[in-house]
Amino acid sequence: MRMEPGTAVAETTTAGRRAGWRDSDLWYSFSHSPLAIGSATVGLICVLGALGAPWIAPHDPFNVASLSLLDSFKVPLHSWSYPLGTDEQGRDMLSAIMYGGRVSLAVGAASVLFAVVLGVAVGLVAGYAGGPVDAVLMRAADVQLTFPAILMALLVDGVVGAIVPRERHEAVQFYVIVFAIGISRWPQFARTVRGSTLVERGKDYVAAARVIGIGRLRILFGHILPNVLGPVLVIGTLTLGLAILDEATLSFLGVGLPPTEPSLGTLIRIGDDFLFSGQWWVTVFPGVALVLLVLSINLLGDWLRDALNPRLR
Amino acid sequence: MPLLDVRDLTVEFPTRRGTLRALDGVSLALEPGEVLGVVGESGAGKSLTGTAIIGLLAPPGRIAGGQILLDGTRIDTLPEEAMRRLRGRRIGAIFQDPLTTLNPLLPIGRQLTETIRTHLSLSAAEARERAVHWLDEVGIPAASRRIDAYPHEFSGGQRQRVVIALALCAEPQVVIADEPTTALDVSVQAQIITLLKRLTREHGTAVMLITHDMGVIAETADRVAVMYAGRIAELGPVAEVVRQPAHPYTKGLMGSIPSLEHRVARLAQIDGAMPRLDAIPRGCAFHPRCPLAFDRCRTERPEMMPAGPTVAACWRTAAQPAQAMRAADA
Repeated sequence: MRMEPGTAVAETTTAGRRAGWRDSDLWYSFSHSPLAIGSATVGLICVLGALGAPWIAPHDPFNVASLSLLDSFKVPLHSWSYPLGTDEQGRDMLSAIMYGGRVSLAVGAASVLFAVVLGVAVGLVAGYAGGPVDAVLMRAADVQLTFPAILMALLVDGVVGAIVPRERHEAVQFYVIVFAIGISRWPQFARTVRGSTLVERGKDYVAAARVIGIGRLRILFGHILPNVLGPVLVIGTLTLGLAILDEATLSFLGVGLPPTEPSLGTLIRIGDDFLFSGQWWVTVFPGVALVLLVLSINLLGDWLRDALNPRLR
Repeated sequence: MPLLDVRDLTVEFPTRRGTLRALDGVSLALEPGEVLGVVGESGAGKSLTGTAIIGLLAPPGRIAGGQILLDGTRIDTLPEEAMRRLRGRRIGAIFQDPLTTLNPLLPIGRQLTETIRTHLSLSAAEARERAVHWLDEVGIPAASRRIDAYPHEFSGGQRQRVVIALALCAEPQVVIADEPTTALDVSVQAQIITLLKRLTREHGTAVMLITHDMGVIAETADRVAVMYAGRIAELGPVAEVVRQPAHPYTKGLMGSIPSLEHRVARLAQIDGAMPRLDAIPRGCAFHPRCPLAFDRCRTERPEMMPAGPTVAACWRTAAQPAQAMRAADA
């Protein structure tokens, strides 16, 4: 059977796309970097443990009916039932950490998402519009960068506290934290995206899209956006680690999430009270979990940055 | 009535050291289905003419005078939104480098369907069908399967074919092709030119073909405009301009084309270089380099005047064409 040359070409490309991720440079770099594999494994275990908490955690630390004060301050590794010991209310530490990680991850991911959406939009518009629009947006970013996340959070917390009635505080606290962290992290995305947009804007495909008669918003979000997302992915990963730490810091200081919905930071703060009375595990294990989670995210982010940067290869 | 009528187009760039006049009174017309070649040295204003017509002059460049009419309607004064709807639909454009004209992260099919749906009210499926049809038309093999491929999966020549499909898929009346073959190697150039010529003839599209390659012009164009220092030096049917150029600059250009038939030791050349935009001489811009220049050329700017079968901006050929030609031949 004679095959048209074009058909053969088409078939190899389709086959190529099917095995695409295995052929990709990114996968090669990943599979040849023990650090990346290691941190991905640890990170994955943390994330799965956190996300799957309601199904795989040995206990439900929030079910007051199942708690017994008789179980309080059990020492780690003494019983199968409480591998990491229990806290002062008899809650299983392992379960508490898994549920806490869930909250930490949720806050981290939501605030990074908020920062990415805001930062990327601002960066794209600033880079493409140029002139006074660019100047105003970027100065706003500069001003934002002068406020540390903690200060922002305290400020937002104070303002929300004054506006929202007291009984609703706990309900809105999640959003307050997400807003506070997100708003303090967007300028980095805006600056990076603006820089890349300035480069992409001058390329021929943008001129070609204009010549074809495609609208400005479509050019911005349909054509330029995909070309500037690479660095955003890297910064987003690294910022996720930072955002989780921001949240832990806020919770440790007591302005974060309420104890009814404890994150890793809240657990560390609660455990801190017992550190010197000998029950070290109540604060150390959530701390270790936080370190493992953030470290693996950061290491993955570092690897991603190196793998996506052709100049460092 | 011509399809595209450019009258006395003047484009200026205000700079710190004064206003530069990059196009000065350019007039040309494009009939339906016609191929008009625009030639000239780098910086003569060829591409700028195209950019001005399509309304994409980069600031601070601006149209300082003249009119651009499409089908009898002025388009140089249209608001941006109306101009946007016109681009691609009524005036298409093809750029020099097919490697950078396509968005590297979008499948070519998406770029085609996006263009089609921007201008024609078609459903996604209809637009896709049309995109496949156009890919087929420009000679991409197995178009229905290749439509979801990314630009890097095509060769340079194929990418330029895709770019041509992109420019023509909304069936514009005019296409401005700015050096469409410069980035391609010679054998592919011929294919692309043939393709462009066939498609535009089939669809009755008028083409403004900007190039510095006289060979491409001679093969493709019906008429040719020769540009020099932001002005048109000579305009006429391609055969006449090539065979008996009236303007000394055109003559110099033709003399500098290597020929297979006549072996010459050294190709003719035009001495000197085109003037900078801030130092265009008074009178005829070409006079410092012109072997035939006389007093009038140095003081008074020549308008376009009939010179035999063509129209040229030259005092010599207008005043005494026969003598001038003899002098130039000598």
